[in-house]
Amino acid sequence: MSDALLELRDVRTYFPVHSGFLVRRQSGSVRAVDGVSLAVHQGEVLGLVGESGCGKSTLARTILQLIPATGGTVILNGRNLGEATRAQMLACRRDLQMIFQDPHASLNPRMTVHATLAEPLLVHGICGRKDVKGQVDELMRIVGLAPRFARKYPHEFSGGQRQRIAVARALALRPKIIVADEPVSALDVSIQAQILNLLYQLCRRMNLALIFIAHDLSVVRHISDRVAVMYLGRIVELGPAEEVIDRPRHPYTRALVSAIPVPDPAIERARRRIVLAGEPPSPINPPPGCAFHPRCPHALDRCRESVPPLAPCGEAHEAACIRLGELADL
Amino acid sequence: MPLLTVTDLRTHFHTRNGRYRAVEGVGFSVERGETLGIVGESGSGKSVTCYSIMGLVPQPPGRIESGSAMFDGVDLLRCAPRLARSIRGKRVSMIFQDPMTSLNPYMRISEQVIEPLLIHENITKREALFRALAMMEAVGINDAAQRIHYYPHEFSGGMRQRVMIAMALVTRPELLIADEPTTALDVTVQAQILELIRSLQHELGMAVIFVTHDLGVVAGLCNKVLVMYAGRVVEAADTDTLFREPLHPYTRALQRSLPALHSKGEELFTIPGLPPDVSKPLPGCAFAPRCGYAAEACTAAVPELAQAAPGHWHACMRVRAGEIDFGAGGTDQ
Repeated sequence: MSDALLELRDVRTYFPVHSGFLVRRQSGSVRAVDGVSLAVHQGEVLGLVGESGCGKSTLARTILQLIPATGGTVILNGRNLGEATRAQMLACRRDLQMIFQDPHASLNPRMTVHATLAEPLLVHGICGRKDVKGQVDELMRIVGLAPRFARKYPHEFSGGQRQRIAVARALALRPKIIVADEPVSALDVSIQAQILNLLYQLCRRMNLALIFIAHDLSVVRHISDRVAVMYLGRIVELGPAEEVIDRPRHPYTRALVSAIPVPDPAIERARRRIVLAGEPPSPINPPPGCAFHPRCPHALDRCRESVPPLAPCGEAHEAACIRLGELADL
Repeated sequence: MPLLTVTDLRTHFHTRNGRYRAVEGVGFSVERGETLGIVGESGSGKSVTCYSIMGLVPQPPGRIESGSAMFDGVDLLRCAPRLARSIRGKRVSMIFQDPMTSLNPYMRISEQVIEPLLIHENITKREALFRALAMMEAVGINDAAQRIHYYPHEFSGGMRQRVMIAMALVTRPELLIADEPTTALDVTVQAQILELIRSLQHELGMAVIFVTHDLGVVAGLCNKVLVMYAGRVVEAADTDTLFREPLHPYTRALQRSLPALHSKGEELFTIPGLPPDVSKPLPGCAFAPRCGYAAEACTAAVPELAQAAPGHWHACMRVRAGEIDFGAGGTDQ
């Protein structure tokens, strides 16, 4: 664990919930991220999957310190980001960059591509004003955009091209790790493949670590080395990508995998679907014990008693279910 | 006779920036009880096709330039508005992508679900409420008797989509048009809604037109598939044939760009370039600029749909001329 590039130890992010009209008081909290421990190594692609509201995006923003953690620590290169001073944090941000889901909203519409890409270079003093143009051109070439488009504004580009600009902006500071929050969800299938190829090649070529958040398991399986499955603020399964998706162990992961439509009519007809009842419960008032038990087809009374910890269930493969042993042959 | 036959539908939008040819000569037919999938990327005209059939294209700027949609002997595009209204909403219903914006936030669910019944059937409010309740239960809403009096914001996304399905099905339509009904939902909820549509279709024997961009959903749900590109149909076949031996280069490319069909880490097949701008007339095949097989003839004339095998149509002149050999197992290019 000590050689990890990024380490999360029991990270918790709660949002206060207020009620009352004249006298506002905190009546509870949304436990968006509730005790996540993870390690990401250099050059590794970690896929993070789960349904909407499970806390994946909050976790991403907590890692980048865009939202302060309520508890636990985020350690980058041996430095605790929660305790870093402003100056130290600025230096850390060089190593830690983010790509957002919606390239229409994440680029400043009043800045040209050149201005967008030059800003981080100048703020961090990577290069002087004279060399900026060369650097920007180089970045554009890396992500597959012609440098002659540098003076254009975001609205002049298509969704896929805008996402390329966002990737270039994240790469500008030569980070060691990029957090990508659903970078292809807003794109069409034919454009999705282009961005996935780009991210995958960049990670390999630059030895970049990538935390790739998505809800499409086939995309995650394709690009990730390891996969973490989140449910209601916690990781319920973690392991090598093929292991987790081809041989899922946690009942939630099994249901999630079985819910993905397969683009092959013969397989679709033959396979057995696990259709979960209900929807994810509210993180304001999570069910006691295993948060999945109200929807779990294998739940027992003792599933209500305590939160199951992640337990090993194969090589580098962990799952948080007390019935792992009993359910192994399903 | 098919339940619905659409022929040569052309829907254009006349805007200040020119004429957008959203739908440019689309034709298909749907038999009773059958599920037809329409797939395509955003902007391919699949939604506008459905809106045209349902009379939901805003006119102006939209205009249905030509074509017909024969539903059980009535042309929905040309018949008297009164007659069309008596069919739409009763015998043909539609559900939309976004259940957040398609329900009226000011009206209780009960009022919205009984509305089609009160308009189309000569029954009392009491009877309508009774039937609405039965339909709410059929789409899997627990405590329907109580929750039918709630407002839309008191339901989650998946539940709202169920309410919308209940609303569409309460008149027991013969044809349901579903425009990306699961795109905004989580996969586990999507699985629930697809299962629901499957079982209700079985029970009511209705035909379904299912619009989606997800080839996986099509594979599991549809009997026939229509692939659209830039406002035109480029390939149509039954589902098994389309997935096993796609003929149009666009269908093949779309299928091959899916991560699910690649081994891990392998470079994904990509389609270069972007979908064309439909505001300018396209001289030839709309896919030619992005197609790996394009020849000079492709940009000269718009290719007609040709039948390759019974029920399998495609619009590629090079495939028809037998000039492209995709080879077995899809190892071309």
